[in-house]
Amino acid sequence: MIEIKNINKGFNGVEILKGISNTFEEGKLNLIIGKSGSGKSVLTKCIVGLHEVDDGQVIYDGEVFSDMSRKERKEIRKDIGMLFQAGALFDSLSVEENVMFPLKMFTDMSHEEMLERANECLNMVDIVNKNKLLPSETSGGMQKRIAIARAIAMKPKYLFADEPNSGLDPQTAILVDNLLKKITYELNTTTIVITHDMNSVMEVGDNIMFIHEGQKWWSGNKKSILNTNNKILDDFVYASEFMKQLKGRLS
Amino acid sequence: MELLRQLGKYSLLMAKTFGRPEKGKVFRQRLVDEIDQLGIDSLGLVSIMSVFMGAVTTLQMAVHLENPLVPKSLIGFATRESMILEFSPTMMAVILAGKVGSNISSEIGTMRVKEQIDALDIMGINSANYLIFPKILAALLIFPFLIVVSMALGIGGGYVISLVTGVVAPPVFLEGILDEFKLFHVIYALVKTLFFAFIITSISSYQGYNTSGGALEVGRSSTKGVVQSTILILIMDLVLTKLMLI
Repeated sequence: MIEIKNINKGFNGVEILKGISNTFEEGKLNLIIGKSGSGKSVLTKCIVGLHEVDDGQVIYDGEVFSDMSRKERKEIRKDIGMLFQAGALFDSLSVEENVMFPLKMFTDMSHEEMLERANECLNMVDIVNKNKLLPSETSGGMQKRIAIARAIAMKPKYLFADEPNSGLDPQTAILVDNLLKKITYELNTTTIVITHDMNSVMEVGDNIMFIHEGQKWWSGNKKSILNTNNKILDDFVYASEFMKQLKGRLS
Repeated sequence: MELLRQLGKYSLLMAKTFGRPEKGKVFRQRLVDEIDQLGIDSLGLVSIMSVFMGAVTTLQMAVHLENPLVPKSLIGFATRESMILEFSPTMMAVILAGKVGSNISSEIGTMRVKEQIDALDIMGINSANYLIFPKILAALLIFPFLIVVSMALGIGGGYVISLVTGVVAPPVFLEGILDEFKLFHVIYALVKTLFFAFIITSISSYQGYNTSGGALEVGRSSTKGVVQSTILILIMDLVLTKLMLI
């Protein structure tokens, strides 16, 4: 479980996050949604420690991560897996080397054991016989799945995904969403997904937090998000024609 | 003020860079890769440049030393001294700043904008130590070797051109090469090389590591890295020459 308490963050005097508090549950897909520029990515970077918070606390299973030094954070970091928007795979390493990378850095596994674990993870995301390819030789959807395989190689307790299905076709996007769902339930991870894709929200949103202009505007689940009577949230949720029609049908 | 801020950021990055590597085996592998990429891959360029520089220096010396009172062996002597004292360490460092420096800046800069450095940090890996330390150490180890090769090939180029053109008799050229050889001059050149190796790799890494934006900024960082390294090489050349030779 990850808790954030009264998070404030600004850059060059501009306040980006304004007193955000929330609890992200274990074994659940916790979504952070909001318009572009609302502060979702900054919040996630604060939670994983890529940005230091100006004020407030980030707590991983009772341990105050935001107050820890870089060395102290190391142990928690080993339990974090992150899927970046563009995959962030290492260009010079092959698919299997990318997945084996955290194992190589943090475990004493033999090469065979690492390879076995890498293949296990790659099978989990349905990537087979692509081990020797470089990331640039694979498609965007594959890169996302390889990045998921790398993120779960160390069997993380906390999984983060920054817009996991941006730039993907609808079928692959659903595949990636379902993969995240499967991993979260199977490994019982605390998963936090940043998205502004309503398809994802309706597909996998166990817990949802809506951020607007750096503030927590609303939180709930995928059922309650359809009936909030909150104008700003409704404008976001029912922005597409399809969702507008769905709203019509629901009412 | 901006200069002080940059100096502070550079110092912090260097403090982060020089720590105990996460895993010795991985570090050694990266070091070997970097020696290959930064040093061995530059051997061809260094060799070609050195042979031609040595040859041209010999020709120019021959043109300027036509006075019968000046011994022709001075051509060999001047070629050797030019190569050892300045051309090999400094000119090669400037050339390597262009080749190796831009390579480092763009590699690390691309990793930064593609969030690969963030990925390392999130995994709990000291990204500066993992990426930059092997590059600096590799350059400190391999650049002196490149410079010694450059000195030898430069002098060799001078000898070949004397043989081909006859501007000076080869035995006379060789006599000049062996005349009043001072080992300290080679040591001085190697000390300069170590400083230059550190400047090239650390400045280029700093520029790459602090890139933000996209492809355009990666290009800008690369240019900045080369320009700043070159200027610092020239300043350091002056300072070290004053301290060591005068």
